[in-house]
Amino acid sequence: MSLISAAGLSVHYGGRKVLFDIDFQMERGEIVTIVGPNGSGKTTFLRALLGVVPPSRGRITRAKGVSVGYVPQRLHIDPGLPLPVSRFLSLPKRRSASEIAQVLDRVGVPDVAAQNMATLSGGQFQRVLLARALLVKPDILMLDEPTAGLDQPGVASFYRLIEEVRREIGCAVLSVSHDLHVVMAASDRVVCINGHVCCEGAPHVVRAAPEYRALFGLGTGGALALYQHSHDHEHDHDHDHTHEQKDHAHHAG
Amino acid sequence: MLDDFMLRATLAGLAVALATGPLGCFVVWRRMAYFGDATAHAAILGVALALGFQISIFIGTMVVALVMAMIVSVLAGRGWAMDTTLGVLAHSALAFGLVAVSFLPAVRVDLSAYLFGDILAVSRFDLAVIATGSLLVLGLILWRWAALLTATLNEDLAHASGINPGHERLVLTIALAIVVAVALKIVGALLIAALLIIPAAAARNFARSPESMALGAVVIGGVSVWGGLQLSLTHDTPSGPSIVVFAAMIFLVTTIAGSVLQKRLGR
Repeated sequence: MSLISAAGLSVHYGGRKVLFDIDFQMERGEIVTIVGPNGSGKTTFLRALLGVVPPSRGRITRAKGVSVGYVPQRLHIDPGLPLPVSRFLSLPKRRSASEIAQVLDRVGVPDVAAQNMATLSGGQFQRVLLARALLVKPDILMLDEPTAGLDQPGVASFYRLIEEVRREIGCAVLSVSHDLHVVMAASDRVVCINGHVCCEGAPHVVRAAPEYRALFGLGTGGALALYQHSHDHEHDHDHDHTHEQKDHAHHAG
Repeated sequence: MLDDFMLRATLAGLAVALATGPLGCFVVWRRMAYFGDATAHAAILGVALALGFQISIFIGTMVVALVMAMIVSVLAGRGWAMDTTLGVLAHSALAFGLVAVSFLPAVRVDLSAYLFGDILAVSRFDLAVIATGSLLVLGLILWRWAALLTATLNEDLAHASGINPGHERLVLTIALAIVVAVALKIVGALLIAALLIIPAAAARNFARSPESMALGAVVIGGVSVWGGLQLSLTHDTPSGPSIVVFAAMIFLVTTIAGSVLQKRLGR
């Protein structure tokens, strides 16, 4: 049985069809990326899979006992709410100090446990969100444009972290993104959505698909080149990461 | 033992502070300040209806506050602008309430008692109702604490953790209606929102965690009740406003102390 699946899924918002007739399934350990232009319903699709948005038609099935680690696109914390990182990680379930220290260490921000969430940088914040998702020992990680506010080196190292984590715990990863060039390389499968599934398959298949090109235009090729170009020049910024990123570029190319 | 009116008044005020402390924190975190205000205003309509139908004022205000809170929740959920909806409903309810009271020739009520409260007139029975209501609200919030906090942070995050944010919103709505109903007699409709928000806002100035902020709000609320009543006793000032004045002074002091402390720590 699939980890999570949607059959004939449609979602309507106030008379507008946001999603229609989507069939989708995910297996254990798979990395799937959902891409689509703004307003294509890709975030709605993720929220439907999470159970936030009820389907207007069709159904969503989860295998029994599947635990979902969710990393939202962004999280606005009201400045009136004082929230230390360790407390945030203990919501809603209490976590021990050692569990918290361990997971923060894993995502590369070992020293922030006592800090207020409001004082974290963008990159630290995303890592803490990921840490919280990892605490549930997820069978599937769901990420909604998790790198929206990060600069390019930040984006690359965040995705590399997710790949490392996936290799360690073997969870499936479902991410929604428009960082096509970054995610596509690491994905087993890319699903291109624009209200319905336009095309899906291995990254290079989707990239070449006419439906995909029609949606994103030929400019994507340029973006891809730009990304690889930026890899060549990143070495100065971030020595640790150089090696892995070269690997990345190989995959992509 | 409860013969002394000052003792009854103090106990009643402390009981209310026990509920408004943590509830007020959620009102601040969720930016519902005006929501509390609107519910309290609408309660005046409840007073009028209760007098008209000769039912308990507590029941009347409770029902109207609940209905009001529900309507606002539903409309906000459907994407109506929250502040406009609240503005329309709150002031209409208050106006309807005032007009309705004028049609009751048999009863000459002093409405200002409901607008500004009359804590010194709290009877033993009132005290029992207030204590029960407050403890109920406190229990409700403590029971749902982690879920409420998660749902307040982010609704999608709550969903992913198996929490229904709609339920938690309902819990807060009900808690707010209960508090309005029991506190109306003490601080009055106009000042309930103040007792919800000012102690929580003052506690924010030094709190490091959600829990310490809630606890701080309870303490500050309690101190305000006690201080306001003393002020009222010694200088013959109106008791409800005196309590709020006391809370406001604490807010001022903690705000100044907080910013001085922050500068000294270089943050």
